Amino acid sequence: MAISTSIWIWIAALLTLSIYSFLYKDNPFYKFSEKILVGISIGYTVSIYFHNTIIAKVWNPLVHDHNFLVIVPLILGLLMFSRLFKGKAYLSRIPIAFVVGTGCGMSIPSSFENLFKQVQGTMPQVFTIGNIIILIGVLSTLIYFFFSVEHKGIIGKVTRVGITFIMIGFGAAFGATIMARISLFIGRIQFLLGDWLGIIS
Amino acid sequence: MMKIINYLDHIDKRWIYLVLAIAVIFPFLFPIGCPMKITPPVSNMYNYINDSIPEGGVMLVSVDYDPSTMAELHPMGKALITHCFSKNIRVFLMGLYPPGVGLAQDMISNTLEEWNKSNPDNIKILGNDISLFAFVPGVSVVILKMGEDIRGTFNTDAYGNDLDSLPIMAGVNTYNDIDYMVDLAGSSVILSWIIYANGRYNQKMGIGTTAVSMAEYYAYLNSGQANGMLGGLKGAAEYEALLIKNNVSQDRNQASIGMDAQSSGHLTYIIFIIVGNIIYFIKRKKEK
Repeated sequence: MAISTSIWIWIAALLTLSIYSFLYKDNPFYKFSEKILVGISIGYTVSIYFHNTIIAKVWNPLVHDHNFLVIVPLILGLLMFSRLFKGKAYLSRIPIAFVVGTGCGMSIPSSFENLFKQVQGTMPQVFTIGNIIILIGVLSTLIYFFFSVEHKGIIGKVTRVGITFIMIGFGAAFGATIMARISLFIGRIQFLLGDWLGIIS
Repeated sequence: MMKIINYLDHIDKRWIYLVLAIAVIFPFLFPIGCPMKITPPVSNMYNYINDSIPEGGVMLVSVDYDPSTMAELHPMGKALITHCFSKNIRVFLMGLYPPGVGLAQDMISNTLEEWNKSNPDNIKILGNDISLFAFVPGVSVVILKMGEDIRGTFNTDAYGNDLDSLPIMAGVNTYNDIDYMVDLAGSSVILSWIIYANGRYNQKMGIGTTAVSMAEYYAYLNSGQANGMLGGLKGAAEYEALLIKNNVSQDRNQASIGMDAQSSGHLTYIIFIIVGNIIYFIKRKKEK
């Protein structure tokens, strides 16, 4: 493999190095790359939303398909902008109420169903060591977060087990976070050494 | 002795960054070939795709991440698509967020190029064997609407083609026509797929997530709401290893190559943590 001749690979590589230069100290290259990242992310998102929502879901159905039902959600959407006008800001409550109402209607039954499945998953159908540990961990952790009873005596002992499980959980999460951060660095190194410099295949 | 301990206690953090960078870069230049154990969540997903989806079946992969977690999740998507190609399974990709659609396009072009180059007798074509749905905003609403009418939800693919005109869409209308779905994400959107697609429509599904989120989603394996999980770069590397073991891929791929660097990086971290703790306890003893 040889060093890349693609201008885009070079731009990506130099921007990557600019971002990593922050590890040495704050500098103009880092600030430049940071601002490019923010600008491009927003520009990309806005253009995708414009083409896939305004054009595909509003303009095309109205103008080409003459589907005038689209006017209803269009008006609801436009009412959100009433917040920009002081005297008419109350109108934005209509679409917000619609979104909150449908959102709750959609999520509450399904969330309960999910909760029940999770509770069911905690019940040991087969008594293995793993299942017993899960049961003890869930119950002792729940008791730890039960503050209506003083954590003394038997409750105190159970909450100590609970806090031990919580600490083990934090440790596992911290270990996984380190693994994730190294993985992201590995991805960039593979790009720099492979795609850009051509040192590795 | 105390001079060294005091020096290490106040060491400039940039030296630590440098040591870590060397530890990660070194295995790329001089591969170690660390052994890797295949874990049950990964083999469960592999076996399900391998044995339970018929030839011509349908798999959906939702690309719900952005470039910040691409290093971990992109290799998973490529490995899954390669596996589906080898089994002649139709693959649909989609993205619930705008960056995911762009990354899915990159994933498609890369895997198509690599597959067609190494398998000239089984050429895969965009629109026939793999497709990408257009981006539609709404997240949970999109997931729910797909259970009623996939064509009506997206109308076109991400390249502007009418879904009805695509051969890959034959017989695909709702979740009932999708044999398996995997959500690749590093956020709580996985929960939306579990709650709505699996909970309401019984869609059989697997999870591909970052190492940070991995611990959170083990609970859903235990409850049976998902039957397999790829966690972080290690999960992707395990899946790639299974592809090599079963002669689907010939060479080590992106994630597998990165595992040596991962092990080296972890070892460096462990040494730092041990040294840091030793310094802490020695200093505390001295202060007493």
